Amino acid sequence: MTAIPQSGTYINFFEVKRGFMSWLVTADHKRIALLYFYAIMGFFIVAFGLGLVMRLELIAPGATILDPQTYNEVFTLHGVIMIFLFIIPGIPAIFGNFALPMLIGAPDVAFPKLNLISWYLYVLGGLLALSTLLFGDGPADTGWTFYAPYSVKTGTNVTVAVLAAFVLGFSSILTGLNFIVTMHQMRAPGMTWFKMPLFPWALYATAWIQVLATPIIGITLLMIVAERTLGLGLFDPALGGDPVLYQHLFWIYSHPAVYIMALPAMGIVSETIPVFVKKSIFGYKVIVYSSLAIAFIGYFVWGHHMFTSGMSGPARVIFSVLTFLVAIPSAIKVFNWVATLYKGAIDIKVPLLYALAFIFQFAIGGLTGLVVGALATDIHVHDTYFVVGHFHYVMFGGTGFAFFGALHFYYPKIWGRMYNLKWANIAFVIFFIGFNLVYFPMLVLGMMGMPRRYYDYLPEFTLPNLISTIGSWVLAIGLVIMLVNLINGRKGPKASTNPWQSVTLDWTHTQSPPTLYNFDETPQVERGPYDYRNYEQYLKEHNKN
Amino acid sequence: MSDTQNTHVTGYRFSILIWVDLLILTLLTIEVAQFDFQSLTVIVALVIATIKSYLVGTHFMHLKFENKFLKAVVIGVGVLFLAVLIVLFSDYLFY
Ligand code: HEM
Ligand SMILES: [Cu+2]
Repeated sequence: MTAIPQSGTYINFFEVKRGFMSWLVTADHKRIALLYFYAIMGFFIVAFGLGLVMRLELIAPGATILDPQTYNEVFTLHGVIMIFLFIIPGIPAIFGNFALPMLIGAPDVAFPKLNLISWYLYVLGGLLALSTLLFGDGPADTGWTFYAPYSVKTGTNVTVAVLAAFVLGFSSILTGLNFIVTMHQMRAPGMTWFKMPLFPWALYATAWIQVLATPIIGITLLMIVAERTLGLGLFDPALGGDPVLYQHLFWIYSHPAVYIMALPAMGIVSETIPVFVKKSIFGYKVIVYSSLAIAFIGYFVWGHHMFTSGMSGPARVIFSVLTFLVAIPSAIKVFNWVATLYKGAIDIKVPLLYALAFIFQFAIGGLTGLVVGALATDIHVHDTYFVVGHFHYVMFGGTGFAFFGALHFYYPKIWGRMYNLKWANIAFVIFFIGFNLVYFPMLVLGMMGMPRRYYDYLPEFTLPNLISTIGSWVLAIGLVIMLVNLINGRKGPKASTNPWQSVTLDWTHTQSPPTLYNFDETPQVERGPYDYRNYEQYLKEHNKN
Repeated sequence: MSDTQNTHVTGYRFSILIWVDLLILTLLTIEVAQFDFQSLTVIVALVIATIKSYLVGTHFMHLKFENKFLKAVVIGVGVLFLAVLIVLFSDYLFY
């Protein structure tokens, strides 16, 4: 390898190694994070568009722009892309890759090339998913859950869609493995486990789920392929199989996957709040333990997706009780964040706004989760728009908002420039209003009894649907303003190394953008991660330039 | 691999012995499949499979020579797997 000058940042180190190819073969964690960023944003925008299309179809009763079959394919593709290509990899693959090594004082992740392979697997999986549009009978129409027996019988491209998810699973497992080893082996001297910032902790808990749960969906999806090609009868009662077994296997992964989505987002929130409150996070260790508890208990609650699928009575009770248990550590975190705000010097900047929106919307998502987690009420709202509202509040209102919060937070570090703060605020407000306009009516519709996954509805559901569709336009406008502002920010004023005055290593000991191996010399860690006592003095001594 | 310090060579003979054990256990799995153990069927199959994975893990995957932490990780994962199965069978056993 040719020597690389320490002076260039990781971005303009392409003054040494220039051009497209230097990115495609990079092993630098920050460049890989950016590769992920562009790919993931691309898929997000596609799936967002599909969401708008669905909302447009539902603007009024009767067929408007889609026929029923196309509608089924659209919500399936929307779900598959949003879940497997946006919300699961989003925060870990972009912001985890970018910030984790810097947060723990390391020059890179443990296996940089494996990291690049993960990205290629991600792209391959994404292209496979999109390829289902191009041939045969069109994209899968099963819903993102691929439930047997329909997924075995339908003529649409389920096999390829399922293989896409399989490949994406590998990408996820490898990233998780990489992060676990990185945190075990590469923490800077002095950074004990309990001096590690909370975003790495959240990624650590997440990584274990990725490594331990993802193989299960891998095998399960291969079983679908085997059913379709060989007709083994694993899920076919006529041949001694069991369709409910498919649901068990699917959710044994896919519920823990909910925490793959949620934990990193919680990590981002824990990382942001102290910075804008200039106060140590309330109950650091409790947040750590609650992350680990969520990861652990989260394994044993999958059955709450199957209360109406004909499970045994005792199983239903057990899963319901466990589901209520897992709510506790999440609630503890919410309490800790709010307690951190209490009597802090709150400086309301965009990243904090997104974090606050996370708390608000995630709480709605969590509380509506209790409604579907209780046996009796679930029977009323199961498979209605209540569920659609609930999981969008968790995934989009929670994780999605944390994602955009993280983007605004790390932006100056990633690109070394600052976006326009005023426009960022405006975009946030529109985005926030739009979001709630889209999804709150869905909760109401669900209570009224409107079923999900239909292209049409009865006339009495018209008004909330209309509000929701108009909301989707507001949401889209918010997104466009946000993205345009961020794109323009690339030409904005130069950002200092530490514009938010954070005391974690990623901000204090690196340049913006960081150099190739992040640190000129390996940092020595003496302070806790959120020690804001005399932080001005500390920053004066330690900030670069 | 350049560092030879950590490689433990146990010899082909030993590996082949383990492999023969695995084959015998596989045959056993097939043989016991003819008997109906009722609700114990799964347990019988899993006990044999557990012995096999123990052999593979300790010898072929070198766990025998690894440190305590890695052993703890593997055992922990085993316990997790068991717990998932127990919860799963809360559906099938009471049906
Ligand atoms: C982070 C962002 C998002 C995620 C993770 C997400 C995820 C999902 C998932 C998993 C489904 C279920 C698909 C299925 O039933 O198989 C779904 C359905 C739906 N999504 Fe999204 N989505 C997101 C954003 C959006 C946006 C921006 C819109 C509209 C503007 C939207 C509108 C819908 C609608 C209307 C349905 C219901 C389809 C039906 O049941 O008939 N989603 N979404
Ligand atoms: Cu769940």
